[in-house]
Amino acid sequence: MPGITREEVAHLARLARLELKPEELDHFAGQLDDIIGAVARVSEVADQDVPPTSHPLPLTNVMRADEVRPSLTPEQALSGAPAQEQQRFKVPQILGEE
Amino acid sequence: MTTTTDLVPYEDALASYDPVMGLEVHVELGTKTKMFCGCSTALGAEPNTQTCPVCLGLPGALPVVNATGVESAVKIGLALNCEIAEWCRFARKNYFYPDMPKNFQTSQYDEPIAFNGYLDVQLEDGEVFRVEIERAHMEEDTGKSTHVGGATGRIHGASHSLLDYNRAGIPLIEIVTKPIVGAGERAPEVAKAYVRELREVIRALGVSEARMEMGQMRCDVNLSLMPKGSGTFGTRSETKNVNSLRSVERAVRYEIQRHAAVLDGGGTVVQETRHFHEDTGTTTSGRTKEEAEDYRYFPEPDLVPVAPSREWVEKLRAALPELPLVRRNRLREEWGISATDMQAILNAGALEPIVATIDAGADPAAARKWWMGELARHANESGKALDELAITPRQVARVTELVAAGDLNDKLARQVIEGVLAGEGDPDQVVEKRGLKVVSDEGALSAAVDEAIAGNPAVADKIRGGKVAAVGALVGAVMKATRGQADAARVKELILEKLGVGEG
Amino acid sequence: MTDKNSIIRLTAAEIAGKIAAGELTAVEVTEAHLARIEAVDEKVHAFLHVDREGALAQARAVDEKRARGEKLGPLAGVPLALKDIFTTTGVPTTVGSKILEGWIPPYDATVTKKLKDAGVVILGKTNMDEFAMGSSTENSAYGPTGNPWDLTRVPGGSGGGSSAALAAFEAPLAIGTDTGGSIRQPAAVTGTVGVKPTYGGVSRYGMVAFSSSLDQGGPCARTVLDAALLHEVIAGHDPLDSTSIDAPVPPVVEAARNGTVRGTRVGVVKQFRGEGYQAGVLQRFDEAVELLKELGAEIVELDCPSFDLALSAYYLIAPSECSSNLARFDGLRYGLRVGDDGTRSAEEVTSLTREAGFGPEVKRRIMLGTYALSSGYYDAYYGSAQKVRTLIKRDFDTAFEQVDVIVSPTTPTTAFPIGERADDPMAMYLADLCTIPANLAGNAAMSLPCGLAPEDNLPVGLQIVAPAMQDDRLYRAGAAIEAAFVEKWGHPLLEEAPSL
Ligand SMILES: [Mg+2]
Ligand SMILES: [Zn+2]
Repeated sequence: MPGITREEVAHLARLARLELKPEELDHFAGQLDDIIGAVARVSEVADQDVPPTSHPLPLTNVMRADEVRPSLTPEQALSGAPAQEQQRFKVPQILGEE
Repeated sequence: MTTTTDLVPYEDALASYDPVMGLEVHVELGTKTKMFCGCSTALGAEPNTQTCPVCLGLPGALPVVNATGVESAVKIGLALNCEIAEWCRFARKNYFYPDMPKNFQTSQYDEPIAFNGYLDVQLEDGEVFRVEIERAHMEEDTGKSTHVGGATGRIHGASHSLLDYNRAGIPLIEIVTKPIVGAGERAPEVAKAYVRELREVIRALGVSEARMEMGQMRCDVNLSLMPKGSGTFGTRSETKNVNSLRSVERAVRYEIQRHAAVLDGGGTVVQETRHFHEDTGTTTSGRTKEEAEDYRYFPEPDLVPVAPSREWVEKLRAALPELPLVRRNRLREEWGISATDMQAILNAGALEPIVATIDAGADPAAARKWWMGELARHANESGKALDELAITPRQVARVTELVAAGDLNDKLARQVIEGVLAGEGDPDQVVEKRGLKVVSDEGALSAAVDEAIAGNPAVADKIRGGKVAAVGALVGAVMKATRGQADAARVKELILEKLGVGEG
Repeated sequence: MTDKNSIIRLTAAEIAGKIAAGELTAVEVTEAHLARIEAVDEKVHAFLHVDREGALAQARAVDEKRARGEKLGPLAGVPLALKDIFTTTGVPTTVGSKILEGWIPPYDATVTKKLKDAGVVILGKTNMDEFAMGSSTENSAYGPTGNPWDLTRVPGGSGGGSSAALAAFEAPLAIGTDTGGSIRQPAAVTGTVGVKPTYGGVSRYGMVAFSSSLDQGGPCARTVLDAALLHEVIAGHDPLDSTSIDAPVPPVVEAARNGTVRGTRVGVVKQFRGEGYQAGVLQRFDEAVELLKELGAEIVELDCPSFDLALSAYYLIAPSECSSNLARFDGLRYGLRVGDDGTRSAEEVTSLTREAGFGPEVKRRIMLGTYALSSGYYDAYYGSAQKVRTLIKRDFDTAFEQVDVIVSPTTPTTAFPIGERADDPMAMYLADLCTIPANLAGNAAMSLPCGLAPEDNLPVGLQIVAPAMQDDRLYRAGAAIEAAFVEKWGHPLLEEAPSL
């Protein structure tokens, strides 16, 4: 398996929204490389014709009836908010698409 | 953003290129509760009053699937002639966005509940175009942000944003077409007709009101051009949130012209998301991302697979209502009208009122006549939709009954309708209050006719002399004398009788 | 009987019996434990938050209920230490992380609710590795917990606080969660009992998610019977958790009261020994197997080749799920927010908050999971790990055709010194070598004490694994082994722990 570069770590950090410090990039690059190197063994089975198991239980069709249940009060909903305004969560400017 | 975009005239663009479209429509289901929690979906609530640990994404909260959401998805799939998955799962689509509380959207990825279908849509001239459906899958809506401090709620220049999560978690069905090719110059029309037909299907199924102006149905338009004769798709643009039928048509048209300009100029189309502007009918580039999105989909471990049994699917299939196109064709035949007439009825939003009026006892021709004539005029003048007028199909049906029975003529009937619209009560009450009954007292009518003949001897002579066409003037006089309350046909009969002239 | 020192040494079953009989009040019991916490927790640091008022109020409610002559539940009035991963209305829930410092949930986890409804007295919230990621409780943002057997050593993890509270007699009962061994491994290294129920046996609603398809809450206690009593209180179907099993709870209490291994087919898996296993651990394990034979069990050697891949699969699946589960901690709706100076965007504030709010192990796993799920790597890593999971399930299925339960050491070594493996993730991960397969397959598993390793006089755990939905087998076998050991030692193992 290929070694994990500092750039790759930086890319992962952006995807994961972690503002890593430069020294962390190097540190994680080394550690992730070690860990990936060790766990990459799983790909030994990649070619085997085995169905994946994403869940330990073979349950299906667990659903609930379309019935309204009590919501939180807005006070409860906003109780943990770092900032609020007009009964809404106040967040910094969103650099998004319009 | 003041850069002007070059456009190629539409006809020129179509002369050189074939458009390829992909339409992605999101429909908010009309379930009582959200997709994964029991919070109400009612519109218009105060901010953050319809949230709970689940839809706020609080630590520890877990989703549970809304059974009606799944049922609606299957119904939509069946109505779109799709195969229904025997087994499918939800997946997490991972990306950060403040209006999405968990920073992943619970959606479906490679295992949609419905796939491989089609929807036949009818164009203005009656031609039927088949749009192939790639898939319909279940997912959840996001919250709503309000941008504060910038110009008129725009995101750019805002100092901060305020988030209301009442909408977060409302069930969405995303319906994705396969690439639509072969529509040629009719591409904008096909796109519009498809979205309209889809809306009619959704409404007929009763799974959503699908009101685009309320955001209950939203369309993303993917468009690319391929040079005529080439079979290779070009690079596409994705125009987001095109939220009216007219906008769908305009966005397609605009993008065709824009792409053609780029390609004609030797440039390459950028694969990007674009935004449609209702006011100008143009699109502009969205923020270009420094890195490609990587959604890191994986099966949602907090939910178990959905495996609709074949018995259940067949039960739902059997219970599907007659679908809009089939129904329209049936009605068209029953009523004996042309495709163009039917299209006009649809465009006027008159189909359901007419059907309801017929169901209430009216003759089909009469029902059509009143809704497409007098009532359409009223709606137009008052800027309302037909179904918003203050008259019910039952009331319209009653008016047609009164006309059929000879109690009202058309002119009186119009006055009755006016009275109903003015809130004066049911047709019979208006007739009563305004004294609008046709004069059917033969004595009174006979006297009025005599009076008219006596008052217009020259005309009477002409008629006697064989110029039967002149009878109109005498009829008019009688009608005037009776303030329109006479049965014009009967008046004409009486006049001719009294003048000793037999009709043809 | 009001001797506070003697109260804290009672089992939960004894306490409940005495309260029901009127020999003790719930308030007395609660006060005795609060006093013990006051006395020793500065050294042990098992608790992140002690809810003195809430505990006493609950105790008074139980006493009043008894005074009214109402029937009390089997654990009414018994104090409990709750892992700080379960939401508690009005009481802080931090998951051992700075990112949730001071967060007071507006709702109770299903487990919390069941405990309250049963009249169990929640003393407070226990320390843990941040977001349950770790095997030593050193990854807590609020400092490590000491192992009551030797305060310079780790109590295991992630639920080190819960197990240490039991071993330090700060509470007779505790709740833990087990994603790769976080109940069993701390139980093993503190000389206590811990059970990971069948996946889906205990509701995960309100249990802050680490790895959704592996996480399972469960009971921690000093005796097998106490664990069973607690198991019965917290288990059962929960409509708020889609992965909850809709079937009756296995008869765990009945099994714990009727312990036996006579005629039981007990499997010993070849893969659960070898390099990396401490000699004293294997010695005590082998003695336990001998004891099982003496008690009438039939020992069957098993080969489960896929178990060799379990650790690798786990360190792909758990980080992948966690990278997604922890995305919600973005500084916008609750918890920490860093860098919001009016000029930064939400995106930047989220990145700064997560950088400041998560510790190194959490970041490491988020990065690892982001990598394993990213396009181009998914099939090789996450996809393959899910296949390994299938192979492990098949190995278990084959094994359970031949045996009723499987036994192994719970951990390859006894408690290691604080700091020893702190920045060596691979070494730390080895602590869960024996416990992980049961998580991947969803089986029920227990750890109970089987003696002290001769080289360091520290507790060794015996792991018992049963098929899914057969949790009662753990208790039937566990109770028999426990009784035999206590008879052999002349007292419960914890009596040998140094006094604090
Ligand atoms: Mg979507
Ligand atoms: Zn909700």
